[in-house]
Amino acid sequence: MNVSVQSNPHTLAKGDTLLAVENVSLAFGGVKAITDVSFDIKKGEIRAIIGPNGAGKTSMLNVINGFYHPQQGRITFKGETRQKMRPYVAASQGIARTFQNVALFKGMSTLDNIMAGRTLKMKTGLFWQLWRHGPAMREEVEHRHVVEEIIDFLEIQAIRKTPVGKLPYGLQKRVELGRALAMEPDLLLLDEPMAGMNLEEKEDMSRFIIDVNTQYGTTIALIEHDMGVVMDLSDRVVVLEYGRKIADGTPAAVKSDQKVIDAYLGVPH
Amino acid sequence: MHSLYMVLIDPFVQMVSAPDLFLQTIWEGLVAGVLYALIALGFVLIFKASGVFNFAQGMMVVFAGLTLIAFQDLGVPAPLALILAVGVMYLMAVTIERTVLRPLVNQPDIILFMATFGITYILIGVGEMIFGGEPKDVNTKAFMLPQGSLEIPAFGGFVQLQKIDIAAAIIAALMIGALAFFFQKTRIGRALRAVADSHKAALSVGISLNQIWVIVWFAAGIVALVAGIMWGARSNVSFALQVVALKALPVLILGGFTSIPGAIIGGLIIGIGEKIGEFYWGPLMGGGIESWLAYLIALGFLLFRPQGLFGEKIIERI
Repeated sequence: MNVSVQSNPHTLAKGDTLLAVENVSLAFGGVKAITDVSFDIKKGEIRAIIGPNGAGKTSMLNVINGFYHPQQGRITFKGETRQKMRPYVAASQGIARTFQNVALFKGMSTLDNIMAGRTLKMKTGLFWQLWRHGPAMREEVEHRHVVEEIIDFLEIQAIRKTPVGKLPYGLQKRVELGRALAMEPDLLLLDEPMAGMNLEEKEDMSRFIIDVNTQYGTTIALIEHDMGVVMDLSDRVVVLEYGRKIADGTPAAVKSDQKVIDAYLGVPH
Repeated sequence: MHSLYMVLIDPFVQMVSAPDLFLQTIWEGLVAGVLYALIALGFVLIFKASGVFNFAQGMMVVFAGLTLIAFQDLGVPAPLALILAVGVMYLMAVTIERTVLRPLVNQPDIILFMATFGITYILIGVGEMIFGGEPKDVNTKAFMLPQGSLEIPAFGGFVQLQKIDIAAAIIAALMIGALAFFFQKTRIGRALRAVADSHKAALSVGISLNQIWVIVWFAAGIVALVAGIMWGARSNVSFALQVVALKALPVLILGGFTSIPGAIIGGLIIGIGEKIGEFYWGPLMGGGIESWLAYLIALGFLLFRPQGLFGEKIIERI
């Protein structure tokens, strides 16, 4: 992928803090989804968020990309601190994401879905768009180029023109990843990228995630339930339980943490 | 036996024995069909981009037509009146987005549908307050729309074509072509379709729902304005037109809610079917077929091809 458009003027070095959430609390009425959680994501790493069902993992991603607005806390992305994100701001600042239950544009082809990921990179106005001529045409060709590279990268050439609603689940997840990659994100949020996949599909997906991280240097935060995958892929892991952070560290450290073992296996009362 | 003959055979005998009359009937049907198609197009635009059946589309046609007429009555020259009317349509799109759609983002479709009922009645109220309730005529001369008719000899008789109808058909065709192209081939078109499929996915790639909705409602407003002018040029613009506009519903069932070509062909089929039904079978039942035949055709389609002629077949994985 030829990264032609750099969205970020001040570039961070690998290992700098890309995103930090501080003391974030989120409640829906009386239900507390997240309570006073802080953690950071460093540039270039693969960060996993794990925890039992209902621990607030997806809510955390929704806070980061602005779908949910926390009642308390701050979010710092690329050095800019906000009380809450907005989806448009998150997307234009370089946060892309996938969803737990695949959210694709079902009636559109694979190609159009991934092209939709280029929306923010395309600038020609309505006037040229109406004629699809001149700048609009040139731009379309240029972005199609990037999209074709992503299609090659994800090995989905054969389904380029297929409406995604007709694709099997594993491929839909791959297209969704492609759409997120088309945004050339600085931070890629993956919500259970391997849920519902068989072993082979999981291995493919793991390979893509590692390649994205190493080849393009994209920082990745992922939620995953398959502990084997999490331990293999991630550099650091944050563990949530009932909306609170109970552990944070390397996979090895987290794996031997007594609180984490209790959270997953239960404690005798 | 006689009644069977009258229903099954006699109408066809009539068609063959007076082919010029038959052609004339088809032409009348086509003309009505073009108008149905234009109105249906407004529905399709909004349905494609928000998954909502916009009940207010018929009223938007009336409102757009009356706005234009009001500007003309004030003595504003026609081209300027047209631009001002387009401006009013834009303001309406922005207002609807701000006050109705934005607060209801991510609500179930049925809630948005009900909201369009509300929009309809607000438009009726505001419209009657500003423009008054009586029917009004569009000043066609000012728009340089052709008048009079062409008589084309055919099969020993002749077919009479109103020039204004020909103009309406051409304008509608151009407009529909442009919209179809815009939807399929451009970034904004793609964003429109994306919003229709999934709000949250569209948000996650940075598509602005607000901007897209304004564009769509504005486009639907322009289509409504054109439909209003064309309708007004043939008869007049009144609030009763709103009910006629609901004929777009069977057109959409026939053509598929998400298909622009479907709206066209559906419109033409309904238009022609109605006129032929009325002319040849109407007398058998004392007339008045025109008002319900379209719904009967739509019912047939619902039974055998619920996605319409061109609609996307919805496959749900379980």
